[in-house]
Amino acid sequence: MGHRTEGVNTERQSMIAQKMLTTNKRQKTENITGRTIAMICAGLLVIVVLSITYFIASKGLSTFFVDGVSFKEFLTHDKWDPEGEPSAYGVLPFILGSFFVTALAALIAAPLGIGAAIFMTEIFPGFGKKVLKPVIELLVGIPSVVYGYVGLTLLVPFIREQFDVLGFSLLAGGLVLALMILPTITSVAADAIEAVPQDLRNASLALGATRWQTIWNVVLHSALPGCLTAIVLGMSRAFGEALAVQMVIGNTTKLPGGLLDPISTLTSGITLNMGNTIQGTPYNNALWSMALLLLAMSFIFIVILRLLGRKRLAK
Amino acid sequence: MKKLSKMFIALTCVGALLAGCGSGNTAQTQTPAPAQKPAQEQSNSGSTTKTSGEPVTAVGSTALQPLVEQAAKDFMAKNAGAQIQVQGGGSGTGLSQVASGAATIGNSDIFAEEKKGIPANELVDHKVAVVGMAAAVSPQVKVDNLSKQQLIDIFTGKITNWKEVGGEDMKITLVNRPKSSGTRATFSKFALDGKEEAEGITEDSSGTVRKIIAETPGAIGYLALSYFNDTVKALKLDGVEANAENITSNKYPVWAYEHMYTKGEATGDAKAFLDFILTDDVQKKTVTELGFLPITDMKVERDAEGKVTQK
Repeated sequence: MGHRTEGVNTERQSMIAQKMLTTNKRQKTENITGRTIAMICAGLLVIVVLSITYFIASKGLSTFFVDGVSFKEFLTHDKWDPEGEPSAYGVLPFILGSFFVTALAALIAAPLGIGAAIFMTEIFPGFGKKVLKPVIELLVGIPSVVYGYVGLTLLVPFIREQFDVLGFSLLAGGLVLALMILPTITSVAADAIEAVPQDLRNASLALGATRWQTIWNVVLHSALPGCLTAIVLGMSRAFGEALAVQMVIGNTTKLPGGLLDPISTLTSGITLNMGNTIQGTPYNNALWSMALLLLAMSFIFIVILRLLGRKRLAK
Repeated sequence: MKKLSKMFIALTCVGALLAGCGSGNTAQTQTPAPAQKPAQEQSNSGSTTKTSGEPVTAVGSTALQPLVEQAAKDFMAKNAGAQIQVQGGGSGTGLSQVASGAATIGNSDIFAEEKKGIPANELVDHKVAVVGMAAAVSPQVKVDNLSKQQLIDIFTGKITNWKEVGGEDMKITLVNRPKSSGTRATFSKFALDGKEEAEGITEDSSGTVRKIIAETPGAIGYLALSYFNDTVKALKLDGVEANAENITSNKYPVWAYEHMYTKGEATGDAKAFLDFILTDDVQKKTVTELGFLPITDMKVERDAEGKVTQK
């Protein structure tokens, strides 16, 4: 790797030197304006991220500092009744709902997605890259409300008839989310598998390993951090998804009892109530606290992604 | 090659994240967009002496939104230069936006006094229509009438099978609106005497609630009368049907005003627009067509505490 960068560097240097000979004023101003525009864009991005974080945090934290709800009660109690007398602000059912539905979606989509990635890179690369990959990536473009509506129209009645239950359930939410994060997992995993050097495969085959042994022990092993990245990326999408889940999960505020029970998630709790609550009231602040929790979770997902990325670099 | 693939991964990540963010926001961004366009087109056509041309924004209740949108369209067609922008967002949004001065008119299904955190004394109430609500069941349920006590027992979870109220042997499934919803507040206050409902399926939009009730055997929920069609059945309450005649005389008590609040007395275009909605043209035509009852037909009056007086 070092050798190659050096080559590129010298090539670039000679190119730059050649250009330097013909430097004129216009190039200089262009250089400066280009740099300024880039700096402004980067600066704006930083400001936007910081101010969003500050805004959500200032609103979300006032539940604890202004309205006096204890942090422990918020996270660990299971009674949610902000308009009741006395009001209760336990979001545990929402948190558990979000985690369960995300975990279920990842459990279903990860093997499917990585399997599809292996198929389209190792087993049938021509068809995989030309047809399968674009088709799977097409799924990303479908709006989530459509997934939700399809889930509501097909999946919920199907589950109801199969198991003689309501149909609105953790299972329905997990299945819809699994479908939604499948393209993310597949394409990121496919890229990771594709990036495994061909030499490794050749060496493994030369040692007498079968194709499957090569895929399982060599290719997947070296692409593991990339595959984990794919799963975490999918999970972070699943965790933040609101509309589709809201339509099929039932939004019942109680602790999840089983796969076929209706539950609610942090995102569905927020979307259902945000428009009908008054800004500045404890109810509204509690919703912001839930949003803050989601933000914190997405930070955690990003940290995990970073750690995975570092692991790969270290290799 | 390695660099390239890494960059591609990074790009895919960014793309995936953006896609994830975008999909969550669609619901909020959708509503304002269509409302703004006609208003801008109008402003180009020059102003007449009658209207000031100051933009009027009406924000809030999604139940009332179709009515206000239609009225705004008619109003702008009649008064060149007038700009009325209508947006949804929910009753709570409407009330807080008008109280903070961000919107000229705040649309709401409930009295400002009923929402905590709203300075109701600063707001002026304009009641523009009445909407009735009824318990809705799937057509498979062979029950047409429930007493109030039976309805309360069903919604508090005491009765869980239709056979207990004279129907078939079928499990009852509750379909609720979110705790903060204005429709839920009205139904709970006047049909359930404020008793706390048991947990059930909760959905935000009336359209989705109707779909779920229609397709789930044994489901019961509640809907504004404007949402009833062939797929769901309205139940009588204590033998009284939810129709215009019974609601205007308060024989059927489950109804609510549609309010349009202004901060202080309405002025300028906002006043002209509110007056326009109360004209017979709108009340007799648009209001009834969209499933509401004209405010002018009401034979009784009800205040924020729920006290009813004959007009």
